[in-house]
Amino acid sequence: MMKKAGLLAALALAGASLANVAVAADDPLRIGVIATFSGPYADYGRQFDAGIQLYLKEHDGKIAGKKVEVVKKDTAGPGPDAAKRFAQELIVRDKVNFITGLDFSPNAYAIAPIVTQAKIPTVVMNASSSAITTSSPYIARVSFTVQQDSAPMAQWMLKNGIKETYVVVADYASGTDAHNAFEKAFAAGGGKVVGSVRTPMNNPDFSAYVQRIKDEKPQSVFFFFPSGVMPPAFLKAWKERGLDEAGIKLFATGEATDDSYLQATGDVALGLITSHHYSYAHPSELNKKFVKNFYAAFGKEMRPSYFAVSAYDGMAAIAGALEKTKGDVSGDKVMEALKGLKLESPRGPIEIDAATRDIVQTVYIRKVEKVDGELVNVEFDKFERVKDPAKEAQ
Amino acid sequence: MLAILLTVLFDGLAYGMLLFLISIGLSVTMGMMGFVNLAHGAFAMFGGYVATTLMQRAGVPFLVTLPVAFALVALASIVVERLLYQRLYRRGPLDQVLFTVGLTFMSVAGITWFYGPSQQPVVLPAFLQGQVSLFGLEVGIFRLFLVAVGLLVAAAVVLGVERTRFGAKIRAAVDNPVMATGLGINVGGVFALTFAIGSGLAGLGGALGIQILGLTPAFPLKYLVLFLIVVSVGGLGSVGGALLAACVVGVIDMMTKYFLPEIGSFIIYAVMVALLMWRPHGLLGKKS
Amino acid sequence: MTPSCPPSTAEAGWLRRRGGEIALWLAVPLAVALFLPEYYLLATHVAALGLFALSLDLLVGYAGLLSLGHAMFFGIGAYTAGLLAVHGWGEPISGLLIAALVAGLVGFITSFAVVRVQHLAQLMVTLGFGLLVFEAANRARWLTGGDDGLQGMVVSPVLGLFEFDLFGQTAFFYTFVVLALCFIVATRVIDSPFGLTLEGLRENPKRMAAIGTPTAARLRQAYVFAAVFAGIAGALMAQTSQFVALETLSFGLSAEVLIMLLLGGAGHRYGGLVGAAVFVIARDLLSDLNPQYWQFGVGGVMVLVVLFAPGGVLGILRSLRQRLLPVARTSTAKAAPATPATKGGAA
Repeated sequence: MMKKAGLLAALALAGASLANVAVAADDPLRIGVIATFSGPYADYGRQFDAGIQLYLKEHDGKIAGKKVEVVKKDTAGPGPDAAKRFAQELIVRDKVNFITGLDFSPNAYAIAPIVTQAKIPTVVMNASSSAITTSSPYIARVSFTVQQDSAPMAQWMLKNGIKETYVVVADYASGTDAHNAFEKAFAAGGGKVVGSVRTPMNNPDFSAYVQRIKDEKPQSVFFFFPSGVMPPAFLKAWKERGLDEAGIKLFATGEATDDSYLQATGDVALGLITSHHYSYAHPSELNKKFVKNFYAAFGKEMRPSYFAVSAYDGMAAIAGALEKTKGDVSGDKVMEALKGLKLESPRGPIEIDAATRDIVQTVYIRKVEKVDGELVNVEFDKFERVKDPAKEAQ
Repeated sequence: MLAILLTVLFDGLAYGMLLFLISIGLSVTMGMMGFVNLAHGAFAMFGGYVATTLMQRAGVPFLVTLPVAFALVALASIVVERLLYQRLYRRGPLDQVLFTVGLTFMSVAGITWFYGPSQQPVVLPAFLQGQVSLFGLEVGIFRLFLVAVGLLVAAAVVLGVERTRFGAKIRAAVDNPVMATGLGINVGGVFALTFAIGSGLAGLGGALGIQILGLTPAFPLKYLVLFLIVVSVGGLGSVGGALLAACVVGVIDMMTKYFLPEIGSFIIYAVMVALLMWRPHGLLGKKS
Repeated sequence: MTPSCPPSTAEAGWLRRRGGEIALWLAVPLAVALFLPEYYLLATHVAALGLFALSLDLLVGYAGLLSLGHAMFFGIGAYTAGLLAVHGWGEPISGLLIAALVAGLVGFITSFAVVRVQHLAQLMVTLGFGLLVFEAANRARWLTGGDDGLQGMVVSPVLGLFEFDLFGQTAFFYTFVVLALCFIVATRVIDSPFGLTLEGLRENPKRMAAIGTPTAARLRQAYVFAAVFAGIAGALMAQTSQFVALETLSFGLSAEVLIMLLLGGAGHRYGGLVGAAVFVIARDLLSDLNPQYWQFGVGGVMVLVVLFAPGGVLGILRSLRQRLLPVARTSTAKAAPATPATKGGAA
């Protein structure tokens, strides 16, 4: 009896209320940021926030003449279900015009159907799984794809006489992507991957893996780990076991020498060659200004990392698109304006590919050196206008 | 092949010693005092931060930071025990779980506030870096140091419990607190001191472990499962059991990574379940 | 805390006694719909997790079984419903039932191992199973999408009428109705002789065995029952969010649901629901207030509840009521289970 009553009540109510989402013209520009602000990866959100705040500070807190309001939502790490709910809440409750942030790929995938349904333009500031931009026509990316940074490393290694390598990646989706992209590019140029290992995400100690590599004596090793605790642990084990002395060369993507963590990683990182799209030591005038303003705003405790620069560029991309649409924030117009948008970023020239809404940028080959007592990634070679290889292949 | 096997075995033992140092206090508080202290990892983390802070900000040598980490964490834990934990001794384990996990959350956020979310750097002194040749085996000096400290602590704890007057008091207080009080033993004081030593060892382990386990505010939650595996497989309150279990866990972990990396973390969990089905009270645990 | 049997109640009295409850169950969705339609999503989240916590209460609060791996069933339910919806079976209600069945089956298989051990070992065995399933799902990327999550769910309208909308209205009422139905079933089970047997087992397994209760079988049944409910909760979460994250299987979620239950109060029918509401809402408010350090606040709430509200939020309400209304209530199912189980060790 009660079952029936409850059900009927529910059905009756289902039609009763409808929220409205009208947005007045003189409203501020509302931007929702879904990112990691707490937990082990809290640095990601902190860097995003700094990049966003710096852009706003330099532009009097305004984009396209409107005051900007930022609403932050914390996923506390990879949390696609939370991200999805936050996206819905940002749209329904906070009535945001844009969604951005998005550090972890699962989180970006999860919100794709929501932003498509609501036609909310979404600018990915980090999540680097290739297919994210294909998962919704309302998503553009200003960061990078894993493949985009991994494949050039393979090409550079081949160019410099390395024909044989061993691949170490973290056992998660991006690790697999990096592995595949690297191996494909390496094999295409005549190189050979002689062995590989995927390490668990919660693994603190790499000595057994490194010992194994030492015993197998490959010519070189390429590794990919997410920014944070894993690369320093791997490098420590590498030095401890004396693999440099054993003559094995080491290469990685720039996550291994993320500027946020590089100083704490310490001398074990010295000499490591990586491929990446941003180093805070990038020697352009624009970047020098960016770093100077960044330090002025947040103190020298925190270096701007590739997260901060992507967040800064993300805001610039939103501003650039709104300039084209003359302040119109409707999803379709904004996305149209984002396509083909070119920006001069602190990392160098970037462009949002008109066909894929993904980023086209320069990928640099860098080496960790000590400059004025600080560890930095010094760029010494580059690949220009690199597109996402995973999409190029299709 | 034999050399490889021995190298991996040794690395596993060194890792196990570290797990033992951190877990032994948890085993003692849960087993002897019946208190479920899931904030134990926070004490280890605290020890780690004491060590890095002293090294970075005050230039204190690594070896000196170790006893300081032990002492400071032990002292802090006495304060926590007297102010908070002793109110909960008579409560059920579930209240203790809720309380100590709450404390862990607070300590994670608190440490993030002071130190930020990033990894703390640690640079070992030169004489602990690199490898030495020992009976034809290349072994890491730091790992050798870990094994030595671990064995030393294990011996000290066993002898302390078995041979000293204080050890006798602990055993009496655990076996029959009413009788012990009647004999004039200050049971509360004995528990507080036992708790402090256990926490201090966790602090020592935290400081020693930065090199291998890393140090971020997420530490207490990240490794909680590992510590609980050691405690449960070893047997609650058993020093020897904890040592044995820690070594088993460490060796299996290293062996899998070296020989069967594609299996990943499956093995350790499967072994734990199997061991607990075989011996529900742990390898060396007493039946209650 | 003596185990005793309550006087069996006549069916006719049931509705009268539950009148207030029914009113409450009707008032809550009405209030959300009228005053807080912008919070449908949060309310849906609370309802699904509330059901999950309720399922854990059957174990921890009533049967005295311990589990740190309960997310296994939640996740299995979620992936079952999710995979069905990805592969063309989008009908939600049958999806729920199949998810319940699969979760129950896994619960049945693992129950033999779980009831063999007690105390810490039981915690660790459930934890171990949970971690193994998590790892398996992480590895089976071709099936589950790994840590990218399960994408591409297409869920049909509920009863062919109510489509899942962006505002979460359908999701909320769907979840709430299912929660209400499950709650009724749980209440009947708790009040049944079987439920009383479980409480007896929690309080004194030896005596229960002595009076001829097949203790292991009863505990296994409770475990399967809890697995079924957790599976339904997971399936609800999957269908309403049309996405399944690997985190639905994680140790973190197992621990979180235990925290929710303890916050609300284990061994009360409403403990899980209240706890889920307190935990989710506190986290939502605190993390909006401060995305970086909200954990401090949530931890603080937990610490304060233990210090000043033993037995959870409902525990303090009950002791207040007992103080205000000193007449003893007859329903002994309410005796506060301060110690559902004690640790092993030297004791």
